[in-house]
Amino acid sequence: MSRMLSTVLAAASMLALAACSGKQAADVALPSAAAAAPLAAPADLGPPQGEPIHAVLTSPPHVPPPIHRNYPAKVIVELEVIEKEMPISEGVTYTYWTFGGTVPGSFIRVRQGDTVEFHLKNAPDSKMPHNIDLHGVTGPGGGAASSFTAPGHESQFTFKALNAGIYVYHCATAPVGMHIANGMYGLILVEPPEGMPKVDHEYYVMQGDFYTTGKYRQKGHQPFDMEKAIDENPTYVLFNGHEGALTGDKALTARTNESVRLYIGNGGPNLVSSFHVIGEIFDRVQQEGGTHPQENVQTTLIPAGGAAIVEFHTDVPGSYVMVDHSIFRAFNKGALAILKVDGQENKAIYSGKEVDSVYLSERAEPNLKAVSVAARAHAAGTLSKDEQIAAGKQLFTGTCSVCHQANGEGLPGVFPPLARSDYLAGQDKNHLISIPLHGLTGRITVNGKDYDSVMPPMTQLTDDEVANLLTYVLNSWGNAGGQVSKEEVAKVRAQPAPPQTAEH
Amino acid sequence: MRRRLAFLLLGLLLAVPAAAADDTSSAYRPLPGGRFASVLPADGKAAPAILEPFRLRTEPVTNAEFLAFVKRHPEWRRDRVPNVFAEKRYLSHWAAPDALGPGALPRQPVTQVSWFAAQAYCESEHARLPTWYEWEYAAAADATRTDARSDPAWRDRVLAWYGRPSNQALPPVGGQPDIHGVRDLNGLVWEWVEDFNAMMTSADSREQDGADKFKFCGAGAITMEQKENYATLMRVAMLSSLKATDTTVNLGFRCAKPD
Repeated sequence: MSRMLSTVLAAASMLALAACSGKQAADVALPSAAAAAPLAAPADLGPPQGEPIHAVLTSPPHVPPPIHRNYPAKVIVELEVIEKEMPISEGVTYTYWTFGGTVPGSFIRVRQGDTVEFHLKNAPDSKMPHNIDLHGVTGPGGGAASSFTAPGHESQFTFKALNAGIYVYHCATAPVGMHIANGMYGLILVEPPEGMPKVDHEYYVMQGDFYTTGKYRQKGHQPFDMEKAIDENPTYVLFNGHEGALTGDKALTARTNESVRLYIGNGGPNLVSSFHVIGEIFDRVQQEGGTHPQENVQTTLIPAGGAAIVEFHTDVPGSYVMVDHSIFRAFNKGALAILKVDGQENKAIYSGKEVDSVYLSERAEPNLKAVSVAARAHAAGTLSKDEQIAAGKQLFTGTCSVCHQANGEGLPGVFPPLARSDYLAGQDKNHLISIPLHGLTGRITVNGKDYDSVMPPMTQLTDDEVANLLTYVLNSWGNAGGQVSKEEVAKVRAQPAPPQTAEH
Repeated sequence: MRRRLAFLLLGLLLAVPAAAADDTSSAYRPLPGGRFASVLPADGKAAPAILEPFRLRTEPVTNAEFLAFVKRHPEWRRDRVPNVFAEKRYLSHWAAPDALGPGALPRQPVTQVSWFAAQAYCESEHARLPTWYEWEYAAAADATRTDARSDPAWRDRVLAWYGRPSNQALPPVGGQPDIHGVRDLNGLVWEWVEDFNAMMTSADSREQDGADKFKFCGAGAITMEQKENYATLMRVAMLSSLKATDTTVNLGFRCAKPD
């Protein structure tokens, strides 16, 4: 114990070392804790038994199957370092350095007490030497000293997994920050002897910050920017190494009434993560190797070079957005992932939108003044076309201009223009009214350009709002003019929605 | 037989001017040396390195040059070299022990060479490998200054090369000459140095010894006095990972001579 303590203190004095090895950094807290009650050293579960086992490694977001084994074994892990160019965002490429060809690196799963024979291979066409520091290793450098490997070589070292928990591993070759910033990190799970409680889904998600010379989403190949890295000013903050790695078709999936366990790591190199899933409360969060989970957590901190096991139950279907709640990182640097939950609605827990009515306070002046003028004029039966246009203009700014743009020009190829629109001119009034009411999906041609996308129904708009909006659009940007009344909208709303193919 | 003889003679005729060119002073350029602030301080703290004047090969050794050497010294053919002098990947990108082929163009720098082979080549030019200090001192220059390391542009050029994956063919030698008239020190290949092993002597005490620190997390930060050193330390890290028999696809060499 005293020798261990002095080792720990020596490590603490070597500032950089302690900062990098989660194991040692955690142990620094020992003296005060020991004063209260002596902590039991992690159990050595004895020599490995049975035949050596080759560890199953998985690429993110997948996790190797649970270990159903009641004895400590010798486990052989073979991990290859590969340097390769991959997209970091759409149309943007980056030279990643990887453990196993992915960022984060392959997920490693062993059992507490296992003796792990680790083989680190550095691909022959690598430019750099690499090594690995596993925070789940007890020993100087976490294995780094024993695994320093030139291109085209293989190193081997062996360690005993003394502590259960979820641990980060990373490359620790100088300059360490650059190796990590290029994607050299991953997770190793050391299961407790009794195993992990069964869940329906286990996923592997790891955050990292990236530094490119170009701006966020600037196209082309982007080199690493040392200056930005030293300034801790990332271009991208990403889950699983690529923008969109866990969205769209690649979103994580579950069904309602299922249990989900996320192994969340943070490779850094610089930022700590305020990990949050929008619309979920974590039932349990187990930090690092902790045996006392925290419960009912909204946002959990994942330090750089740290990890947590997060568990929750799915109750309501929908898309759950995972973010770093340092929220500009989510919406301006890419730190977004999606968990898509399918299944039965549960209105008792969450109703969905029940009411959306206009709320006009005193502070609505002057922006929505025109809307309230129109509402009053309509009630009084004195609504003029000009009042409709003025009210429609205000509503357009809040509802439509995000896509169709304030000038009605749309975005070529994505959102069709409303300005000088031959499409609008060719529609009969009832179909025109049905577009905001029911949405429009499918291929249409506007001013000679094809569009094939989805406009959702604007069901939050009242009849007179739709009437005012359409009147505004018809009388703006060189369109032919015209007027739509609240009664006409009410009539169309009462009819069933037209079939959703736009070819008419 | 006669045709083969004629071919040999032709080969000799072609080879002679090339070999002669290597011995002319234009292949080596004089560097004045002096006091130099290395990323590896001479005393482990801040002492500058003291360099005698020396001459440095203007370009890394090319495949064509190394092929000529192997033909003159067949003991360095890949099928004849003893294992203790070169691992099995030695010159493995050549089409044959005595032919380059499509994977090794004549003007590309030779790579996949061991330290022993590089040293033997330099001896054939009556030279030796440069020391780390000599190499680092020369590589600090740009087109107009002998020490451009404080210029971010210099650092960016070095770091940009690290950022390029090495699965593409190496460019030929012949980059822009620096103020000394030397080319391609940065941005083409790693290069062997004579004392690559002494930079990283292993010792028991991790706390005092700079060597092992490079293998650890944070080591770069401990030793890194200036940001521009970061770029150079990566080369130190690379060299320190090697054994003298090792070869890699990005590792070549050039030679140096005393003045």
